[in-house]
Amino acid sequence: MQIMKNIRNFCIIAHIDHGKSTLADRLLEYTGTISDKDLQDQVLDNMDLERERGITIKSHAIQMSYNFQDERYTLNLIDTPGHVDFSYEVSRSIAACEGALLVIDATQGIQAQTISNLYLAIENDLEIIPVLNKMDLENAMPEEVKDQIVDLIGCDRTDIIEASSKTGYGIDNILENIISKIPAPQGNIDAPLQALIFDSIFNSFRGIIAYFRIFNGKIHKRDLVKFVATGKEYEADEIGILQLKQEPRSVMLAGDVGYIISGIKTSREVKVGDTITHVDRPCEKAIEGFQNVKPMVFAGIYPIDPDEYEELRSSLEKLQLNDASLTFLPESSAALGFGFRCGFLGLLHMEIVQERLDREFDMNVITTVPNVSYRVKTNKGETLEVHNPSGLPEQKYIDHIEEPYISAQIISKSNYVGSVMKLCIDKRGTLKNQVYLTSDRVEITFEMPLGEIVFDFYDKLKSISKGYASFDYFQSGYKPANLVKLDILLNGESVDALSTLIHRDNAYEFGRKICVKLKELIPRQQFDIAIQAAIGSKVIARETVKALRKDVTAKCYGGDITRKRKLLEKQKKGKKRMRQVGNVDIPQQAFLAVLKLD
Amino acid sequence: MSGIYIHIPFCKQKCHYCNFFSVASRKLQKGFMEALIAEIELQKDYLGNEQVDTIYMGGGTPSLLTAVEINRITENIYMHFNVSEDTEITLEVNPDDISQEKIEKLKETPVNRFSIGIQSFFNEDLKYLNRLHDAKQAVFSVKGLQDAGYENISIDLIYGIPTLTKERWIKNIRSFFKLKIPHMSAYALTVESKTALHWLIEKKKALCLDDEDIAQQFNILLDLMNRNNYIQYEISNFSKEGFYSKHNSLYWLGGFYLGLGPSAHSFNGYSRQWNASNISRYISLINYKEITFEKEILSEKQRYNEYIMTSLRTVWGCDLEHIQNVFGRKYRDYCLLQSEKNINEGTMVKKGNKLFLTTEGKLFADGIASGLFKI
Ligand SMILES: Nc1nc2c(ncn2[C@@H]2O[C@H](COP(=O)(O)OP(=O)(O)O)[C@@H](O)[C@H]2O)c(=O)[nH]1
Ligand code: SF4
Ligand SMILES: [Mg+2]
Repeated sequence: MQIMKNIRNFCIIAHIDHGKSTLADRLLEYTGTISDKDLQDQVLDNMDLERERGITIKSHAIQMSYNFQDERYTLNLIDTPGHVDFSYEVSRSIAACEGALLVIDATQGIQAQTISNLYLAIENDLEIIPVLNKMDLENAMPEEVKDQIVDLIGCDRTDIIEASSKTGYGIDNILENIISKIPAPQGNIDAPLQALIFDSIFNSFRGIIAYFRIFNGKIHKRDLVKFVATGKEYEADEIGILQLKQEPRSVMLAGDVGYIISGIKTSREVKVGDTITHVDRPCEKAIEGFQNVKPMVFAGIYPIDPDEYEELRSSLEKLQLNDASLTFLPESSAALGFGFRCGFLGLLHMEIVQERLDREFDMNVITTVPNVSYRVKTNKGETLEVHNPSGLPEQKYIDHIEEPYISAQIISKSNYVGSVMKLCIDKRGTLKNQVYLTSDRVEITFEMPLGEIVFDFYDKLKSISKGYASFDYFQSGYKPANLVKLDILLNGESVDALSTLIHRDNAYEFGRKICVKLKELIPRQQFDIAIQAAIGSKVIARETVKALRKDVTAKCYGGDITRKRKLLEKQKKGKKRMRQVGNVDIPQQAFLAVLKLD
Repeated sequence: MSGIYIHIPFCKQKCHYCNFFSVASRKLQKGFMEALIAEIELQKDYLGNEQVDTIYMGGGTPSLLTAVEINRITENIYMHFNVSEDTEITLEVNPDDISQEKIEKLKETPVNRFSIGIQSFFNEDLKYLNRLHDAKQAVFSVKGLQDAGYENISIDLIYGIPTLTKERWIKNIRSFFKLKIPHMSAYALTVESKTALHWLIEKKKALCLDDEDIAQQFNILLDLMNRNNYIQYEISNFSKEGFYSKHNSLYWLGGFYLGLGPSAHSFNGYSRQWNASNISRYISLINYKEITFEKEILSEKQRYNEYIMTSLRTVWGCDLEHIQNVFGRKYRDYCLLQSEKNINEGTMVKKGNKLFLTTEGKLFADGIASGLFKI
C-alpha cells in the first residue's frame, strides 16, 4: 500500500445556487488552470441547457495543480450533479473522492439536498471541509448558519471557512485546507487494476469517454481492459487526465483521476459505478456500490407529426448515446399512434429529455402524463411490471396492485412546517421523523408514494414554503395501493394518453381539476367539446369547451394584410404543435396538464 | 391596374374602437399638406408605368380637408402619375362633416365616390362607439350627397355592438335598403388592443361583446343582402352589380398600390412598405427629402399565404391554376390537400379549379385560411 502524498481528490457538495460552479471557477482561476481569457462563467457546466437552468446535469472532472509549502500538488475536482434525479451518479462521484467541500450559502443556510449528499459523503468516509459562501452579501447570516453546520457535522466552529466565490475572499484558505485536511489517496500500485467509472460523456468523433478514478494498480495506453459489470473488453486507445482539454498520458497510477477512450459507441456499455480492470490480470472484487440505475418515472413520447416516428426513434437513440439512464421501448396509443414509452430518473430528467429533443433534434413531441412503475399481482400469482396505465390487465385478473414508495426528506423553516405536513399527508404520506436542526429549521421525513411526487408535489412544496423548503428522496420499496384508472373522454372518446392511475380517495377531486385545466388549454373549435373524467363507465366530472362561433377579421385592406398574415402564420405554427384526437385539436401542453393542477 | 391611397391622419375626436393611425388635434394639418405634396413627387416612380385606376382618400377623417386641399392633392397626382380617364376617386367622409355647404364645395372637386362612416342609424350605438354624429346627420349625409347627384356611395355599418339588438341590426340594414345605396362595408366590431374600448371593457366600464350575437348578426346580414340582390364580393363588402369598389378589389386581387401619408402601406408585387406612424417625422420629409418607412420583402411562402388569405374572402375565390402558375405545382397540391378537410366539413367548396368559402365557412375565414398557410 502506498500513499500518493501529492494528490487530492475532492468534490463539492452544495444546494442549487449556493455557488458550486462559481467556486469551481475560482479554484481553476487561483490554481492557474485557466487564464482570465478562458474564464467563461461556469466552465464546468458545459451543456447549454445546464447553463440556462443553472444546474449541473452531468458531472465532470478537472485537474488542477497547486504549489503549497514548496510542494506541487495535483488536485482533482470531481463535479457532482445538483439534482435529486441524479443521486446515484452523485454517490459514485463521492466514492471517487477522499474529501468534499461542503458549500453553504451564508444567506440561505442548509437545504435538504445538501444534507442527503452530505450523509452520502460521510458514509463514504470523506473528510468534510465546510465553506460558508457568499460572505460578501449584506444579508449573510454567518453565525446562524455556522450553528447549523456545527449541529450537522459536529465540526469545530473555527473550521468553517468564510468565503466569497464572487470576490475571491477565502479561496486561498480553501486550497490550503484541501491540501492539509483531505487525506491523500492510498492504493497498491502493484495490485491488479481497479478503477471506478464515475461518469461518461459522448463525443461524436471519439465515442464514449469514460471518467475513472484508479484505486489500485496502473493502466497503460493500449492495455486490454475489461468492464466488470458489463463483462465487455476493450483496448485502451487513449488514456489521460482532464484539464480544460483532455491531456493524453501513457500511464496512470492508483490515486489518479482521468479518462479512457476505447472505441465504445453507446453509453449503455459504460455504466456509472462499474469497475475497470485488466483482462489478463483482473482484480478479485469489483468496487462496491455498483447499481444498474433504474428509471423511476415513465411517460409516452409521441411525435406531433405521426410521420416523424422513425426520426423520433433515431433522435432518442442519439440522446441515449450520452444519457444512459434514458430508456425507451416502442408503444402505441389509440389516440396518438406510434411512439415510445420512455423511462426517466425523475421529472427533471423527463423535462430535460423533452427539451433536448426540441433543441438538439428539432423534434416536436407530445409527452403524456407521467407515471411510476407499478407491480400488478395477478390472481394466478404472477407479478407484472406495468409502466403505463393502459397496460393494466383487465380488472378481473388483478389480485392487487403495488406502488413504489419513497422516503422523503424535507427541510423547512419551522413556521411552514404545518403546511408542509398537510401537503405530505394530502399526498398520502406518513410522518416518520421530525428533527429540529436549529431553533427554526426542521427536517421532516415522510414515507409516501412516489406516484404522488410525480404530479405536482415539488411545485406545491415550493409555493407553500415560499421557496424555503427543500426536498430529497430515495426509493424505499413497494406497498399495496388502492388505485383506480381515471380516464379522460373528449366528446365521448377516451383518450388513452390522458389516463392516469390514481388513489381512489383522490380520484374525484383530481378528475374535477383536470377537466377544468383541460378546458383552459384546449382551444375553442367549431363545435362544443365535452371533457369528461370517468372511472370505468362512471363519469365523475365534466366541463365543456364552448364552440367557437366566429373566427374572421372584419377588415383586410392595405395595412391590415401584413398584420393579419403574421397573425395567421403564428396561428398555423400553433396548430402544428397540436395533435388531433378524433376531431379535437389538443395542444402539446394539455397532455401534461395534470402536472400543473392548482 | 394600380391605385393610390392617401392617409389623412386627423380626426375631431377618437372613436373608442379605433386603431387607425389618427390624432385628435389638427395643429399639424398645414405641415402635413405640404409634406404630402412633396411625397407625391418623391414617390412618382413607385408604380412604374402602371396606370392608376383608383385614388382613395382615407383616414383618419379626409372630410376634414377643404375642397381646395382635395384639389391640390388630386392635381399633384395627375401631374406625376399616369391616371386613367375614368379613375375612381373616393373620399371617406364622416356624417358630421357633411353640411349642404360642404356638399356644394365638394362638387368642385373630382371626387366621384363617397364612403360614409355611418356605423349605425341609432344614437345609442353611436354613443357606445363614441362617434361624433347622430342618427339624423347619418341620414342627411346620404340624402344630401344623393340629391347633389352622387350615385356611387358606400356606407360603413358595424354589427356586434353590445347595444345593438338583433332587431335594431335588421332596421339598420333596412335603412340602407331604403336609402337605395349601391354599396356597403359591414364590419364586426373588434376590440383591438391599445384602444379605449379595450380598456373600458377591461375596467368593466363598457359592455363586452358576445360572439354568439356577432355570428347571428353576420348571418342575418348575409341573408338580407342576398335577398336584396347585393353581391358579397368580399367578406365585409356588399355591392350591386357595377358598383364594386375598384380600390378595395385592388387589395384582394394582388394589384399594386402606393400609400401616401403617415402609416400608409404600399405594395409593388414583391415588397410591402409602410410609412412611419408619426406626423412630425412625416413632415420632416420636406426638409430631408427622405421618407421614413419600414419594408418587408415578401418570401414566396408569404406571398402564397397572402394570396390564400385575401382570395378566399372574395367572390372570385382561390384559383388553383393561379397558384400553380405563380408558385408552382407543389403549392397547388399542398393547397388542395389541406383544403380537403374543409371541403368535407362543408366550410369550403371546389368549383372547377377554384376554391370558395361556403356561407358557413365565411364565419371561420381566418382559421380556414391559416390552415392552408405554408410556414
Ligand atoms: N454575491 C455572491 N454571489 C455568488 C457567490 N457565489 C455564487 N454566487 C452567485 O450565485 C448564483 C448561483 O451560483 P452557481 O455557482 O451557479 O451555483 P450552483 O448552482 O451551486 O452551481 C450565481 O448567480 C452566482 O453568480 C458569492 O460568493 N457571492
Ligand atoms: S373617425 Fe375613423 S379614424 Fe377617426 S377615430 Fe373614428 S374610426 Fe378612427
Ligand atoms: Mg452549477
